[in-house]
Amino acid sequence: MRLKRWLAGALTLGVASIVTPTIAEHTVKIGGQCDRTGPTRLIGVELCPGVSDYVRLVNKKGGVLGHKLEYTEVEHGYTVDRGVEAYERLKRDGVVAMLDYGTPIVYALTPRHMADKIPAITPGFGRADSIDGRVWPYVFPMAASYWSQAGAAMKYIKDKGGRKGTRIAYLYFDNPAGREGIPIVEAVAEKEGYQLRHFAVPSPGLEMSPQVIDITRRFKADWVVAHLFGRSPSVSIKELKKAGFPLDHVISFVWGSGEADAKAAGWGDAQGYLGLQFAAVGRNLPVIQEIIKMHQQEGKEAPEYVGGVYYNRGVLIAAILTEGVRLAIQNHGLPVTGEKVAKGYEAIRNFDLQGFLPPMTVRPDDHEGGGWVKIYQVKGTEFVPVSDWVRGYREEVMGLVDKANKKK
Amino acid sequence: MIGRESGVYKTSYEADMALYPLPVAKVAAIVSVACLAAFPLVLDSHAMALVNLMALASIGAIGLNILVGYTGQVSLGHGAFMMVGSYTAAILTMRYGVPFWLGIPLGGVMAAAVGAFFGIPSLRIKGLYLAIATLAAQFIVEWIINHSTWISGGAQSTIYVPTPAFFGWEIDTEFRRWFMILPVAIIAYVAALNLARTRIGRAFVAIRDRDIAAEINGVNIFRYKLLAFAVSSFYAGVAGALWTYYLKIANYEHFTLVTSIQYLAMIIIGGLGSVLGSVFGAVFITLLPIVLVYVVEGSARLAGYEYASVADFLANLRLIIFGALIILSLAIEPEGLYRLWGHVKRYFRLWPFSY
Repeated sequence: MRLKRWLAGALTLGVASIVTPTIAEHTVKIGGQCDRTGPTRLIGVELCPGVSDYVRLVNKKGGVLGHKLEYTEVEHGYTVDRGVEAYERLKRDGVVAMLDYGTPIVYALTPRHMADKIPAITPGFGRADSIDGRVWPYVFPMAASYWSQAGAAMKYIKDKGGRKGTRIAYLYFDNPAGREGIPIVEAVAEKEGYQLRHFAVPSPGLEMSPQVIDITRRFKADWVVAHLFGRSPSVSIKELKKAGFPLDHVISFVWGSGEADAKAAGWGDAQGYLGLQFAAVGRNLPVIQEIIKMHQQEGKEAPEYVGGVYYNRGVLIAAILTEGVRLAIQNHGLPVTGEKVAKGYEAIRNFDLQGFLPPMTVRPDDHEGGGWVKIYQVKGTEFVPVSDWVRGYREEVMGLVDKANKKK
Repeated sequence: MIGRESGVYKTSYEADMALYPLPVAKVAAIVSVACLAAFPLVLDSHAMALVNLMALASIGAIGLNILVGYTGQVSLGHGAFMMVGSYTAAILTMRYGVPFWLGIPLGGVMAAAVGAFFGIPSLRIKGLYLAIATLAAQFIVEWIINHSTWISGGAQSTIYVPTPAFFGWEIDTEFRRWFMILPVAIIAYVAALNLARTRIGRAFVAIRDRDIAAEINGVNIFRYKLLAFAVSSFYAGVAGALWTYYLKIANYEHFTLVTSIQYLAMIIIGGLGSVLGSVFGAVFITLLPIVLVYVVEGSARLAGYEYASVADFLANLRLIIFGALIILSLAIEPEGLYRLWGHVKRYFRLWPFSY
């Protein structure tokens, strides 16, 4: 009898000593999807390490307000059914905030995020009108939408001497995402009196000489605003270069402005090419330096892609996720839930991570955080900034957002 | 050994033609339906999502098998016909308030009409040439939906539909969605089994085996080939419509050429000309990549690797294993998983007294 009681006491003690630390230290589960094998693998293999490295850095520095982050990545190869599975798996595991990867997957999962109240970060993937959080409370693009990108590109043209009669060619991939920029480009062209023409590139966009000949010979464009995906940006660089078009008058949206695009076209041929960026590029940034140092402390040299366009975009996503969780804990306490993180995101004010990000301010009616981008230019074998954080034609963009959401 | 045929004497043609001639087979069919219906009691919502996805894929695969497996007409446009069903359902529900249980068959009807239209070239061309002609269907349908805003609902080519409800019963969880998909899947399955035994089904098989011989024997090739396209596309449309109500969204990027090829892979791996084989194939192609995630990443973790440091390697390793398993299953039994299942059944037929 006494032995039994003694055993029970010992067991209780033992169990208690195992359980107690986990109660004191609340881990926050976050999750994300990635494509490392599908059509966007070139982006995924650099972007996803950016996310996980930053989360590791946060944990190494003591976590978010003392709470560790547990990040789970699910690779789905850009397929919708596996994207749905990934979502359900992360939801089952109690994830409170997610990164959604891939346009068709974002579309498929949006109703689920709204029903389950788990906020999704969809940088550069979702639809432009989802930046209105009053209509889409659990969808957070958190980066300039295609409309904002179009606004910024048009402002750059204006700043560089665009005036009445300037000829602008909008060269776009013929899919919904590619067409998305059209209304803003059109609205601005009408306002400023530019001459505008659209040039569609059908999928997969590996053949562009007819469009380029049209742009350079017939239309005689002054500027090209390019919105292309996959391999096609590099094709556009090569073809425009071949036609003798000055590349410093070509502005690409965010998915055509990676090192991979310039490299595929040949760095030499890509000189002067302009690209929009969500996050600062390069290694000469405090956050990236910290990550490189972390790699060195672990006894490894940081991989070559650290500091690159897509890697830094991954860091941006993770930084915003972390900030949302931090504000959720700070303002609403534990335990962290999806709803609290969504409120946390909406409380982000002037978050810029020492110049790494634009001054992000997220509000319930603005889930893109202001719609800022930075314009970079190919010089040598890297992208160098040629502007500060910019945005343009904000009224036109927000007007369009309102109009699109009223229709529903 | 349980399903003994001895002692079963058929005294009428109906008994001889029965779908399940053995009493035990009838019991097995009822039990398996009951088991399927009981899934929500034992599975969590994550597993239910998987089951739902497999059931959806099964419906589409059965449809394609009717065309490719039974009638012998290769099609690369299955995704396009699913797209038609998907958008039809979404438009009917969003603009005309049609309930989902009506939207599903109507999506099928629309897809059947489009499918029959794109089946016309099959009257003149066969085999690989037909595959390319149906490939054109894939691109044409995609282009039309993409460029006519009336269909696509705007520049984003996306139509959201509200949560489907069955007389006030909201279908808003994975568990409830199962009861939307399962009945359709069962009807689709039984209908396909029966179709193969009718005059129409036999005409399909006759065309597959030799179209000239079939024509000489009085099969109207024109009619039956188009009918095969229509029936197959009807299934595709139903699957597409269900997909819309399942995800609450219609988006053309969910039914690309890759989808069409995936469905072809399902029926080839599962077994051409077999309804159960289509289901096997759908399960194989849908489930295996996801199971591999758990197996490969689990074993890497057991071996002491941190996921982030080997993520790329694992992702590609999974792809290689998946490909190897496809080759392996086809090498073991070129006629598909259905045939493999047949071997297993035959082995146990006289077990333990096999000779």
